Amino acid sequence: MVERSGVLAGLLQGLERLGRGAGAKIWRLGFAARFFAYMLLHSGTALRRFHLTIREIYFAGVLSMVIILVSGLFVGMVLALQGYETLQRYGSSEALGVLVALSLVRELGPVIAGLLFASRAGSAITAEIGLMKATEQIAAMEMMAVDPIARVVAPRFWAGVISMPLLAGLFSAMGIFGGYLVGVKLIGVEEGAFWSQMQASVDVREDILNGVIKSLVFGVAVTWIAVFEGYDAPPTAEGVSGATTRTVVTSSLAILALDFVLTALMFTGGNGK
Amino acid sequence: MKRSTIDIWVGAFVAAGFAGLLFLALKVGNLASFSTAETYQVQAKFANIGGLKVRAPIKSAGVVVGRVSNVTFDNESYEAIVTFNVDAHYRFPRDTSAKILTSGLLGEQYVGLEAGGDGVMLKQGDRLRLTQSAVVLENLISQFLFNKAAENKVESKDGK
Repeated sequence: MVERSGVLAGLLQGLERLGRGAGAKIWRLGFAARFFAYMLLHSGTALRRFHLTIREIYFAGVLSMVIILVSGLFVGMVLALQGYETLQRYGSSEALGVLVALSLVRELGPVIAGLLFASRAGSAITAEIGLMKATEQIAAMEMMAVDPIARVVAPRFWAGVISMPLLAGLFSAMGIFGGYLVGVKLIGVEEGAFWSQMQASVDVREDILNGVIKSLVFGVAVTWIAVFEGYDAPPTAEGVSGATTRTVVTSSLAILALDFVLTALMFTGGNGK
Repeated sequence: MKRSTIDIWVGAFVAAGFAGLLFLALKVGNLASFSTAETYQVQAKFANIGGLKVRAPIKSAGVVVGRVSNVTFDNESYEAIVTFNVDAHYRFPRDTSAKILTSGLLGEQYVGLEAGGDGVMLKQGDRLRLTQSAVVLENLISQFLFNKAAENKVESKDGK
């Protein structure tokens, strides 16, 4: 009898903890949504005083360029090597260009560029805003009647949204160049077939534009998560480090989940392609 | 103003990003083939279109002269109606025949046009009379197998 009530109590306690945890998560999600709406409404300053945004594009976009270009080059080269191994078994190694271009433009470009952007720029944004909060710079701004969301958060958000599609485009272009280097220059796939087959099967609207839309969505998701985690971080050294970790984990998961949803919407419907 | 040094880097970054996207659109994609040139629409009925898809090329003598714009099913004749746009530069006689062909053994399917000898040219909304359906590989294989089986039967009877 005593044992039974103990089990019941433990079960109830577990249930209670689960409920509290879920409630806190939903509470936080609601705050994040309100934060997002507030940020959009107060981004007038970021767009009017555009040099604030340009400064952030420099930190988020320009400084991420090296890692994006180098990764793109290597991903393209590996794709060409691996793709060639498989394609030559079926005697269609000329289709290498199609394989490299389609996988980069549709999937790998936006997704890997997004993951790199989340870990390179997203974590930096979170740490910066979190530290500003910990050192009470945000509170000082509020004291001076400067809205920290308009002055600090919105420029970073817009910088991320602008940088992300450009970085993904650079990644794909560099990857295709890497695929060309390995496929044509190193392995010796016929150059004309490499480009012409690629051009014949990559569609500007269907593939490239959808890739750009994907990267734009990832840009919004990553920077939203990054600025929110920074703004919501507990103002301690531990809190900021936890928020930075959460930014990278949450935005990577968000990119992969959104990628699945967007791919399902873009490439399975339509004309049965 | 210290801002100008940052401006030049951001400018270079944005320019490089757009250059990358432009490279994708022009060199990788087929933006150039998105011609806004005049086209005229022609239809053809096929008993079987195999794996023909919308936007598949229309070729004549190996040259792309147009694209498939629509594929529908005709509920009266139980045949497929393929509508395609042919570039207005290319003119074909009225008795041109259409075939569904495959590029390579496993390649994509396209419509091949073979010009006839009629003096009157095709115009907007015409329908091609002479068509040849897609070769369905499964049918070919099963025909081949049935023939083989029939031959074997005859041979074994003769052997008795």
